Amino acid sequence: MISVENVSKSFTLHNQGSTVIPVMAGASLHVAAGECVALVGASGAGKSTLMRMIYGNYLTASGRIMVGDTDVASAAPREVIALRRRTLGYVSQFLRVVPRVPTIDVVAEPLLLTGTGADEARAQAATLLARLNIPERLWGLSPTTFSGGEQQRVNIARGFAFAYPALLLDEPTASLDPTNRATVLAMVQEAKARGAAIIGIFHDHAAREALCDRQVDVTGFTPGLAA
Amino acid sequence: MKEYNFAYLDEQTKRMIRRAILKGLAIPGYQVPFASREMPMPYGWGTGGVQVSAAVLTPDDTLKVIDQGADDTTNAVSIRRFFQRTAGVDVTEKTGEASVIQTRHRIPEQALREGQIIVYQVPIPEPLRFLEPSEVETRKMHALEDYGLMHVKLYEDISQHGDIATAYAYPVKVEGRYVMDPSPIPKFDNPKLDMAAIQLFGAGREQRIYALPPYTKVVSLDFDDYPFQPTKADHACALCGSTTSYLDELITDDAGGRMFICSDTDYCATRVEDAA
Amino acid sequence: MTPLLQVENLAKYYGARIGCTDVSFDLYPGEVMGIVGESGSGKSTLLNCLAGHLKPDHGAVRFATRSDGLRDTVTMSEPERRMLGRTDWAFVHQHARDGLRMNVSAGGNVGERLMAVNARHYGDIRDQAIDWLGRVEITQDRIDDRPTAFSGGMQQRLQIARNLVTGPRLVFMDEPTGGLDVSVQARLLDLLRGLVRDMGLSAIIVTHDLAVVRLLADRLMVMKDGHVVETGLTDQVLDDPQHGYTQLLVSSVLQV
Repeated sequence: MISVENVSKSFTLHNQGSTVIPVMAGASLHVAAGECVALVGASGAGKSTLMRMIYGNYLTASGRIMVGDTDVASAAPREVIALRRRTLGYVSQFLRVVPRVPTIDVVAEPLLLTGTGADEARAQAATLLARLNIPERLWGLSPTTFSGGEQQRVNIARGFAFAYPALLLDEPTASLDPTNRATVLAMVQEAKARGAAIIGIFHDHAAREALCDRQVDVTGFTPGLAA
Repeated sequence: MKEYNFAYLDEQTKRMIRRAILKGLAIPGYQVPFASREMPMPYGWGTGGVQVSAAVLTPDDTLKVIDQGADDTTNAVSIRRFFQRTAGVDVTEKTGEASVIQTRHRIPEQALREGQIIVYQVPIPEPLRFLEPSEVETRKMHALEDYGLMHVKLYEDISQHGDIATAYAYPVKVEGRYVMDPSPIPKFDNPKLDMAAIQLFGAGREQRIYALPPYTKVVSLDFDDYPFQPTKADHACALCGSTTSYLDELITDDAGGRMFICSDTDYCATRVEDAA
Repeated sequence: MTPLLQVENLAKYYGARIGCTDVSFDLYPGEVMGIVGESGSGKSTLLNCLAGHLKPDHGAVRFATRSDGLRDTVTMSEPERRMLGRTDWAFVHQHARDGLRMNVSAGGNVGERLMAVNARHYGDIRDQAIDWLGRVEITQDRIDDRPTAFSGGMQQRLQIARNLVTGPRLVFMDEPTGGLDVSVQARLLDLLRGLVRDMGLSAIIVTHDLAVVRLLADRLMVMKDGHVVETGLTDQVLDDPQHGYTQLLVSSVLQV
């Protein structure tokens, strides 16, 4: 489902003496449907960078990143948008929303974008929020004022609202209490079970052990760090 | 009369105005710019109409001048006297006897016939002006038949008054093309714009002439669910008893006494004479 | 899928000075593209060339018309272009008073475009106006008020209703949230997002506010001195800018 083939990337800092920082070279990775792969490596080794490249958030200098039938590395913006809408979900560590939009609508948006009716989308969003223990009195409020843990759960609810065939999870269980952590792990398991290809970053060892079929150490893809 | 050229204006000026009139007749409803002259009367007193009349008058013509339908008001009397002195033409108060009728704010009750010319005095020729202040823009709107704005005005009327409250200068569409301001005639007169006589419109201050050839199709703008309705005071004339003519309301004393009489003085007087 | 708008080598000069030059892109149905850059970068010139308000000196702006497919709007006749302007296109000005008739009621403002395409039933026009005022969160009892009695945010929402009532397919927006309070901006952004999504609109939004494009635009075009220096997915351009100017632009945003 997800296939990263010999990918490289560098950053050029034009305003700081045009410094070129190579951050990735020769990265390859394959994730099949129903498989969960953990990216591991020291902080700064490029786990998030690789994940962002797969999502199309960072440009890829060379190589191919196939998600389904789309090569993210060379796709036009609208192809990436279509991919993100129906195929590739991403739960980041940060919630970025239009201020003032009620939480329930934030969660329902991926469904609305894929053609689910407004009432049905809200009903599904409500189910997810309830499962993640977001008190109902908060659903009508914007999540911008929520605590870190609450925002994280809203983010997860949003990321799991639509049944994407491919999922990227960046620390989904960070800053969660044990109950909610268990819920999230169950949700990831369910996504696996329905056949989603998942790439995750988990600092939470136990979560990684419980969910992941394989680990890929990105240190090997990092120029300068690889031995 | 040796002091003035016939009908006051010099021949070159009259030719210039006639060209504008001919162009106006060729493009019914289109506002033709012309080099309006200073006339020996203030703007707002009919300088546009006077110039048009001067350009079409011939020594054989018989002139009638009305103001709000009346032959005996200051404006009508002054203009009539002006052409008596500068053109020496015959004048009349009889609608049927006149070959040229200059009017302010009315169309005579008696239907005009072929061969007659009616000249309207126009203060603001641009029907879109109150909604779109830019002349460049309004000309473009006319050119492109971009007339949505005209209905906005009628919409505003209905939304504010429950009905189309525009009672005079009611906009019309000419031959399905140009939207035109028929001058401040009451909308009661709008149906008469479909007529046998030549209609010429002169705006002196705004330097525009426009025209309707005989039998031009003139339609008053409206909405499907708020159709155009020519209205008048729901009374009979206190003098001649007419129930079909346009009426003026006359306050007769300080106690609120009032009466309704025909605004067309010739029409009213003729009916009174015929009845006697 | 065929593009809704196809721009090819567009250029506009003011004498020897470059307004914008070498601009080419395709916009597909449902896409929202942001154009960012500092004042004088040519983004407004470009927008006005695209919307037919300015005549470009070079290049083509092809729009997928409903009847004849792609047509170059630069060379089409003015009546045709105006017809697009009041049917398939919409233009939201930065200052609502540039896009509204301030001496006409809210209902009349919304109804004008309908009447311009020959709607002649007062009741229908009014019903549609009420519907649209509702969609932009203006209550029905304000329908006969003039925009002068509205707050800045309400005026901007009224302008949007007035523009969208004829169901356009392409909306041009020039700094739509500029000059509004931050809280009002948020409400407007939310509204625009919902409308774009529900109506499947395509939009081109000119702004200097990177937060606005991040929330509204799928794609981004960065302009400097009349040239396009970078294009791409909005979040990609903002998070991984390639051009030095974009890097400067992104790093110059104050964090809150």
